[in-house]
Amino acid sequence: MTIELGHFALVLALLMAIFQMVVPAYGARIRDPRLMAVAEPAALCQFGLLLVSFLALTIAYVTSDFSVANVANNSHSTKPLLYRISGVWGNHEGSMVLWVLILALFGAAVAAFGRNLPATLKANVLAVQASIAVAFILFIVLTSNPFLRVDPPPADGNGLNPILQDPALAFHPPFLYAGYVGFSIAYSFAVAALIDGRIDAAWARWVRPWTLAAWMCLTIGIAMGSWWAYYELGWGGWWFWDPVENASFMPWLAGTALLHSALVMEKRDALKVWTVLLAILTFSLSLMGTFLVRSGILTSVHAFAVDPKRGVFVLAIMTLFTGGALALFALRARDLRQGGIFAPISREGSLVLNNILLTTACATVFVGTLYPLLLESLTGDKISVGPPYFDWTFGPLMVPLLLALPFGPFLAWKRGDAYAAAQRLAFAAFAAVVVMALGWAFIHRGPVLAPFGLALGVFVMLGSVSDLAWRARFGSVPLGEAWRRLRGLPRSAIGTTLAHFGVGMMVVGVVATSAYREEKILVMKPGEQVSIHGYDITFRGVAPSTGPNYREETGVFDVARGSVPVTRLEPGRRIYDMPPEPTTEAGINAGWRGDLYVVLGDAQAQGGYAVRVYFNPLVRFIWLGAVVMFIAGGVSLSDRRLRVGAPGRAKRIAAAPAE
Amino acid sequence: MTRKQRRGVLIGVGVGVLMVAVALVLFAMRDSIVFFHTPSDLAEKPIAVGQRFRLGGLVAADSVKRGQGTKVEFVVTDTLKTVPVVYEGVLPDLFKEGQGVVTEGRLTDGGTFVADSVLAKHDENYMPPEVAKALEAKGVKLGKGAPHPAEATQ
Repeated sequence: MTIELGHFALVLALLMAIFQMVVPAYGARIRDPRLMAVAEPAALCQFGLLLVSFLALTIAYVTSDFSVANVANNSHSTKPLLYRISGVWGNHEGSMVLWVLILALFGAAVAAFGRNLPATLKANVLAVQASIAVAFILFIVLTSNPFLRVDPPPADGNGLNPILQDPALAFHPPFLYAGYVGFSIAYSFAVAALIDGRIDAAWARWVRPWTLAAWMCLTIGIAMGSWWAYYELGWGGWWFWDPVENASFMPWLAGTALLHSALVMEKRDALKVWTVLLAILTFSLSLMGTFLVRSGILTSVHAFAVDPKRGVFVLAIMTLFTGGALALFALRARDLRQGGIFAPISREGSLVLNNILLTTACATVFVGTLYPLLLESLTGDKISVGPPYFDWTFGPLMVPLLLALPFGPFLAWKRGDAYAAAQRLAFAAFAAVVVMALGWAFIHRGPVLAPFGLALGVFVMLGSVSDLAWRARFGSVPLGEAWRRLRGLPRSAIGTTLAHFGVGMMVVGVVATSAYREEKILVMKPGEQVSIHGYDITFRGVAPSTGPNYREETGVFDVARGSVPVTRLEPGRRIYDMPPEPTTEAGINAGWRGDLYVVLGDAQAQGGYAVRVYFNPLVRFIWLGAVVMFIAGGVSLSDRRLRVGAPGRAKRIAAAPAE
Repeated sequence: MTRKQRRGVLIGVGVGVLMVAVALVLFAMRDSIVFFHTPSDLAEKPIAVGQRFRLGGLVAADSVKRGQGTKVEFVVTDTLKTVPVVYEGVLPDLFKEGQGVVTEGRLTDGGTFVADSVLAKHDENYMPPEVAKALEAKGVKLGKGAPHPAEATQ
């Protein structure tokens, strides 16, 4: 019964979205305030209906109602409650429902909190947002309906893929979707502005908090995925340049560029055309990600089941929304008045450089991701583009970006003084050079350029803190006074510093882990010992154990430094009951200086087990950096000047997946 | 500086970055692209010893031999031709005889493929799409549900 209710609510949401797409847009055209005003209740109502629909599906999962085909295919009665819930979005159909739910959530938030938006802009934004909803709800109803029954119902379900039964992965998709579906708001604002033919600094001020909220979610979503891959896949890697990872990374790069260009537009009324284009491109890349994941054309851990009909449908949606917006852009862009001029060395100039480098880096990732698909469809040759490609293209583009990054906040708007900025960064640069010299003097392994990479990370970290230190005048006024000044700085300035600091942390983590990782692969028999990075690891043996829905062989490893015991690691190999698949559970001893990472492999014919042992130096900095960036976004959103109703919303979006 | 000159600087920087990026892409594409072949492809069109590529197919039944330490030998087949493979390392969880596999490495003089990475996917029925397509192209009938990469994390 609930499932029929959910199905009905989904169809009603479709009708409501069609209504919300047509009526307010027409109202905006003929300037009828009553027609425009219906957008608000329609958006809230559409969200409410989709919520009912989503909850109905969730109830079916929680109560293990196997008469629903989607539940029978993807769930199992012995699964723990958390994974029965996360199972809702662990499959194609259910995750599409979550996708449109988040889309509607953003629309409803604009309706509820965008009180001070001009009426026509708001009506157009909500209409465009609704048109995206119409396309995707149609997609669900026509090709991927999760509410279909199966008769007779099976006794039990097929279960959720065991590698997905993991807390980080339970929350990874909701955050990821909140991120890249959230960019739909920037897209809707851009298209609405093009329809209106009017755009100004106020537009940027309305768009920025939404983009920031979406960017925060995408940042933490990608980081969670990376963290999961690190501890669950058992290879000790944290990023694989897998096409689907790239599919979420490209909108992140474009979205980061958008955040920065919108800043120029808000403060200086410049870069309008470019900002609008970026807003369109960012969401288009999100749509492309959805297409890549759901069309089955990729070989990836992430790809959903292949159904050509779905692929064609999503391709059509992507073409329509990207092509339509770009056509509108081509028609209207020349009407957008150009504003504020600035010298190349200025805050604007540095933000333009940021945009050039980020979008170019995004383009190289795009080429590396899509080239194999293109080549295969043209010549039939099957190739794969591996990590070396990305190391060679993405890496070098990040170097000037990171070098220039700390300068940006020190440059004044319109015309900056590069020499003064350099003086203020002297301390950070000095510290970075010391790090580099120490690296070359004392680390006699790894790539020659690695100390340079570490120095770059340190430069970014200290350089961004220097900005705050100068503003608070640390050193030149008494400490108490400086602290008072620091407290008085706008939250957005603190957010900027924190976010840039997070980038620096990430760079340090990435370089240290990639360059100085230690690895040993060997066969160990009980009682044998292996040493890595000063740790002595003794293999005690293997013991069987059982979990709620799996059996496990647990290896016992005692870790000591010299004669001091450190910890006991228990990596395991699990076989799940349903579906009966094996997974590897790594044993990890996490620490600030690095992670000790032990994986238990196959039993060997001559006795003993294959064992992999890694030491990943500073690897935590990668995810901590992302967490710092997430917090920075929150701090920035709480700034008074951005308060067009933004802060409350941001929290709600972040909290939504936990429901 | 006039407005025109300022715009010139911007465009100059933009075009410069773009050109560097294109050069990097072309350079990287030369070295880091790997082709995919099946055992039958190798029989038809031999590949130079030492050339890096991906070899895909099924792990032949009763072919997996564990050697000294973590060394493993097995045979990759597309049911028409076979290639012996040597791999040093820990095999992925789902590596099994009769399952699809993609290995990456180089051929040696003796015709053995020395792999430095082995990919198998987390699904009972899974066969990498390249393998499934290649096998179908060779006219090999696949069993029920064989080309079925049903995986979902996004």
